Amino acid sequence: MAQHEGFVRFDDVQKSYDGETLVVKSLNLDIARGEFLTMLGPSGSGKTTCLMMLAGFETATHGEIYLDGRQINDVAPHKRDIGMVFQNYALFPHMTVAENLAFPLEVRGKGKAEIGDRVKRGLDMVQLGAFGNRRPAQLSGGQQQRVALARALVFEPHLVLMDEPLGALDKQLRETMQYEIKHIANNLGITVVYVTHDQTEALTMSDRIAVFNDGRVQQLASPDQLYEAPVNAFVAQFIGENNRFSGKVKRVENNTAEVEVAGHLIRALPVNIDGAGDTTTLSLRPERAHINPTEPLPNLFEGRVQELIYHGDHIRARVAVLGTDDFIVKMPNAHGHDHLQQGDDVRLGWHVDDCRALDA
Amino acid sequence: MAQQATLPISGHELPADAQSLKARLRKSERTNKWRAFLFVVPLLLFILITFIIPIGSMLYRSIDNPQVVETIPRTAAMLADWTPPDPPSEDVFKTLVAELRSPPDPAAIGKLAVRINYEVSGASSLFRKTERRLKRLDDAAPYREQLIKIDKDWADPELWAAIKSLDSPLTGSYFLAATDMTRNVNGEIEMQPGSRQIYLTLFWRTFWLSGFITLMTLLLGFPIAHLLAILPLRTGNLLMILVLLPFWTSLLVRTTSWIVLLQTNGVLNDLLVWLGIISNDNRIRMIYNKAGTVIAMTHILLPFMILPLYSVMRTIKPTYMRAARSLGATQWTAFWRVYVPQTLPGVGAGAILVFILAIGYYITPALVGGQDGQLISNMIAYHMQTSLNWGLAAALGSLLLGAVLVLYFVYNRLVGIENMKLG
Repeated sequence: MAQHEGFVRFDDVQKSYDGETLVVKSLNLDIARGEFLTMLGPSGSGKTTCLMMLAGFETATHGEIYLDGRQINDVAPHKRDIGMVFQNYALFPHMTVAENLAFPLEVRGKGKAEIGDRVKRGLDMVQLGAFGNRRPAQLSGGQQQRVALARALVFEPHLVLMDEPLGALDKQLRETMQYEIKHIANNLGITVVYVTHDQTEALTMSDRIAVFNDGRVQQLASPDQLYEAPVNAFVAQFIGENNRFSGKVKRVENNTAEVEVAGHLIRALPVNIDGAGDTTTLSLRPERAHINPTEPLPNLFEGRVQELIYHGDHIRARVAVLGTDDFIVKMPNAHGHDHLQQGDDVRLGWHVDDCRALDA
Repeated sequence: MAQQATLPISGHELPADAQSLKARLRKSERTNKWRAFLFVVPLLLFILITFIIPIGSMLYRSIDNPQVVETIPRTAAMLADWTPPDPPSEDVFKTLVAELRSPPDPAAIGKLAVRINYEVSGASSLFRKTERRLKRLDDAAPYREQLIKIDKDWADPELWAAIKSLDSPLTGSYFLAATDMTRNVNGEIEMQPGSRQIYLTLFWRTFWLSGFITLMTLLLGFPIAHLLAILPLRTGNLLMILVLLPFWTSLLVRTTSWIVLLQTNGVLNDLLVWLGIISNDNRIRMIYNKAGTVIAMTHILLPFMILPLYSVMRTIKPTYMRAARSLGATQWTAFWRVYVPQTLPGVGAGAILVFILAIGYYITPALVGGQDGQLISNMIAYHMQTSLNWGLAAALGSLLLGAVLVLYFVYNRLVGIENMKLG
């Protein structure tokens, strides 16, 4: 998938608003043609600024941005041919839905017949064929979202930017729209750069995710890699749930680090540590810890169940272990699973590979 | 879900004693209604006494015409058979003398004289002269010749036509006068001779100057309002004070400052001469003419345009412009097709506000308008204060009021008054 030369390319891009602090610090990013790339990060991490620089609404303080091999730093926004979906849709309230869709075609000087044809196809694509004469205010949030999507696609751009497009929708609708956007993007073969702070959204939709924090890309990887192999403590903590231990590295050998936590030794996978004597954060996903394991495991500790929380498809146990009392274990609500009681003494175990020794 | 479906659906059915329920509801809300009403009573009375009643009586004056009917009713009635151009018969003169000798009250003939004078100039002195000599008339001789001997105006068919036309307690003659029309001796409505037409010209000037001033405030106010709306709130508020500052200054002070600035030996002309742009002999006349009225009124009415525009522009999110640009529109297209249409409620509100204020403006044109910068309201003031022809003043005012209402109606039809945003 990754091409040698990206379709979109950020080359050492920096951005400062006040001339004192950098909001984006040295961004290098290649996005392949047809890729669905998500910029994920907390607010203020610089992800939206990057999107705005790509759209042309902010200028890069340093570095170059390329689109399809062409440097676009000084190209005006309307000449970039980039479709964009905004956070609050930005549908023009004084135009009907059809007029909204026709707008990008009209400013491109398309003929009446072609405009009518394309608007119809655009509305059909998002299943709003009958809504052309409505005003945006007469539509529900989800319908407005679809119109915004259709409008950003109707002039057939090769690149579409989406700035938290589902932020204003309720949870159920958001999930439906995630799939819908994903399918449309796949069918049309367009490149999408998607900005969100919702990790679930990022995981379900993206080919690759760039995790932003503090103006830098912390990790650029596919969703599964990001979840299963975070390279630092921020990514581990930001993506999904995780149990963390702070400890000191005692020994590293055979791809195993022995880390001292609360007087016990934990065997973990060295990922982002220098060697013995280093302080580290250990990260373990709640579903990778086993309660009362039947197989022998390299990490095995005594704990006590503090609380059981019923979640339907799974049960979460809060366990006191290794000096912390908020170690979370996820147990699938499967046939024949263990029935625990609050206060039960349990053994907790996990594999070396599932416990990652990251930066402190 | 299934459980709910089996429940009897009776929630919306009123019980049998529905009427008494309604009655009880009304009773329980009556106290609140009365209390709410009592809160507004003082204001209601104030408006009624100081505004609605005076305006109503003023409007009534534009058609009120009691003088002829009260003082010389029989004479006026007899004129029904009269045919111009000859003076009426001796009978008519006889009745007139009889009625003038026994007026309903001592001031009645004076009022009658003033009223007829509005229609036929010179009638006032004619009546006074005649009134003084009523006692000396020879009752044996025909009154017709005696009166014509006192003043030959008694033979003027226009005078008699005027009396005839005023033979009704209500009249449209003030409105005729207000639109430069009159009745000829045959009672037909015709335009005044060109030299005596003033009001239509003034109405026309008032409307086009007001329209022009509205346009000027829009052209000047739009960019300012836009700037205020896009600036950060702190800076915007600071600039807003500059916009509002004139509001807190007396209208008179602002108008006279314009005199200081614009007069022939004023600041602006001095500056232009000093800069060598104009010579000392060719100082520009910028005041005491239409230009003065336009400049001063544009300045004074500007906030009324800026404020509604600002309040509307404030609500237009910048993402609309960004969206338009990302869709391929140039800055200008995005502005014209996406931004401007969304400001229309503000433009409409500002324009109608400025226009309505402008067509009724009085002090500023009176001070800086000179001869040709006067508006219709100055003429209304003249008839109220100087000529004391309140009926005509009322008719002019009613026409102005009617024009505003028509305008409001048209605006409502075109734009919809509910789309108007004043802030």
